Amino acid sequence: MKKLFKLILILSFFSLNSVQTFAAEKVDYLKTDWSFKGLFGKFDRAALQRGYQVYTEVCASCHSMKYLSYRNLSEEGGPEFSEAAAKAIAASFEVADGPNADGEMFTRPGKLSDKFVMPYDNVKAAQAANGGAYPPDMSVLVKARGGGVDYIYSLLQGYEDPPSGVTLDDGVYYNKYMYGNKIRMAAPLSDGIVEYGDGTNASVEQMSKDVTTFLMWAAEPHLEARHQMGFKAIVYLIILTILVYFSMKKIWSRVESEV
Amino acid sequence: MSDHDYRPKSKVGQWFNDRLPLLTLANHLTDYPTPKNLNYWWTFGGILTFCLITQIITGLTLAMHYIAHADMAFESVEHIMRDVNYGWLIRYIHANGASMFFLAVYIHIFRSLFYGSYKAPREIIWIIGIVIYLLMMAAAFMGYVLPWGQMSFWGATVITNLFSAIPLVGEGIVTWLWGGYSVDNPTLTRFFTLHYLIPFLIAGLVILHIWALHVPGNNNPVGIDIKKPSKDTVPFHPYIVIKDGFALLMFMIVFAFFVFYTPNILGHADNYIEANPMVTPAHIVPEWYLLPFYAILRSVPDKLLGVIAMLSAILILAALPWLDTSKIRSAVFRPLYKQFYWILVADVLILGYMGAMPAEGLYLLIARVATAYYFLHFLVILPVLGFKERTLPVPLSITEPILGGSPNLAAAKHRESKIK
Repeated sequence: MKKLFKLILILSFFSLNSVQTFAAEKVDYLKTDWSFKGLFGKFDRAALQRGYQVYTEVCASCHSMKYLSYRNLSEEGGPEFSEAAAKAIAASFEVADGPNADGEMFTRPGKLSDKFVMPYDNVKAAQAANGGAYPPDMSVLVKARGGGVDYIYSLLQGYEDPPSGVTLDDGVYYNKYMYGNKIRMAAPLSDGIVEYGDGTNASVEQMSKDVTTFLMWAAEPHLEARHQMGFKAIVYLIILTILVYFSMKKIWSRVESEV
Repeated sequence: MSDHDYRPKSKVGQWFNDRLPLLTLANHLTDYPTPKNLNYWWTFGGILTFCLITQIITGLTLAMHYIAHADMAFESVEHIMRDVNYGWLIRYIHANGASMFFLAVYIHIFRSLFYGSYKAPREIIWIIGIVIYLLMMAAAFMGYVLPWGQMSFWGATVITNLFSAIPLVGEGIVTWLWGGYSVDNPTLTRFFTLHYLIPFLIAGLVILHIWALHVPGNNNPVGIDIKKPSKDTVPFHPYIVIKDGFALLMFMIVFAFFVFYTPNILGHADNYIEANPMVTPAHIVPEWYLLPFYAILRSVPDKLLGVIAMLSAILILAALPWLDTSKIRSAVFRPLYKQFYWILVADVLILGYMGAMPAEGLYLLIARVATAYYFLHFLVILPVLGFKERTLPVPLSITEPILGGSPNLAAAKHRESKIK
């Protein structure tokens, strides 16, 4: 059993070691309680729905989300809008389709199977409209940034006047959480910029939390299923390990040796 | 070995076995006499077999949905993560499986270093192992390129560019490797092909590795030759099977924790940004398991010499059976070697840490010292130690240390009785 303990110790050392290596560039981000962290972490359904509202009314005018489909909005583990609501959301967008039988391209109302309509046709168009800076696609944005959700949450609230001595070019803003502190996006949120249907006060802090939760879901749509399956899998493995341990002890008791 | 005496009981079995002795093979594998004092460090061979099979099965499944094209690879990975049934699970097992594979192989290699498993008559097993390790690194590197994220693209650019250090033909070789004048679609498709091929080469070599192992039999913590079968051995089945199974299950718990709860912690965030040849990431860092060699590469100021140093750091291992001049296998009976062994472990961990840090200032200095020590260990310390070291007396059989407690204790007792 002592050997066993040693083995576990070494294994955990190895995993810790690699974790630390990559957590080297830590910044003190703003903290908040994320409902989706931890062994049983789940998304806050209401926050996801509010977050979608913030995304679609504020972010979506510049940021695409090209890997998501409208059907995802009504799927289990997501914002879980009713299918009718998701259909209505999809139908509110004009989607380019075609060619039809006459060889013509045409537009039609969106369907559940359509991908989120992009604000710009391509990266060049997005850059041209935003002073040369490309507003990144938001589908996996949370996973594509070192600090993850904490980084996005902080960045949205990190706008402030530049300290003396820092001069900013036109169309550049100061953000204390941005890498290099200079950002091409103006502060996107201000108190009351959206009106929540459920009566929640739309403070910058609240909206930051809601939209970041939504972005986390967008990047990891199967997070809830993963946590649920993970718990079952690990409990199963632990029980099996205990059973195998006693079987092993029994089998090895036939020989003069220790395991 | 009792293989030759084996005869199936049934007539059908005999008929079949006379034509293709598969049953003899199965009998050999189950009866295979194994030292009974093997500790848990010996279970990583079985764990590695599990890792390889897991990677092949998940990899085949991913390949059914992945599209090896520069314009579609990133999107197809997102398709796997979102729309393929349990695609997220398969991909996270495969991605974290690579890290688990390397974790296990490093433990396996360092076990061999501690107990002198590479020494005669096991040199061929060891060298096959080094070839497997090299192929693993190639497979892992090319696999990391396939999602076509920023780290994929720039990692591929940095590593393939190493070949340009070769005098005269270097640039030509790089163009040939890329299939063009930069890392692009032809590079991706050939990396995919090779990434698909290499695991099967590894599987073949694993069979040779095990075959070569079954000729002399396992080394053991005491490091002495034993009679087989004898009181010192147990048949592989059920004794080793259940023990390996138990260790594998514990390994799988760690594995599952990564897959289900921190699936992206071992990867780099930049790889969730689609590859962009116009934007270079701030720090280009390889996966953690390649970091020690990356540190060696960067600690040499000259590019060509750096590449040579990095390759030598791996290839030097192949010469280990002849660099280590000591007749005693196990570090248990080599008090000095045991200390140098742990210094080497620390040295490699330090190199790994420095590989993740920017190559400047104090980091670079430490990396250089650690690199120098790495080679010093193999080229000077090991050969000299074999002649100078006063080793402890080795027991005659492994039954002795087992009955007398730990091997160290047994050795001490042995010495005591001699003095009397």
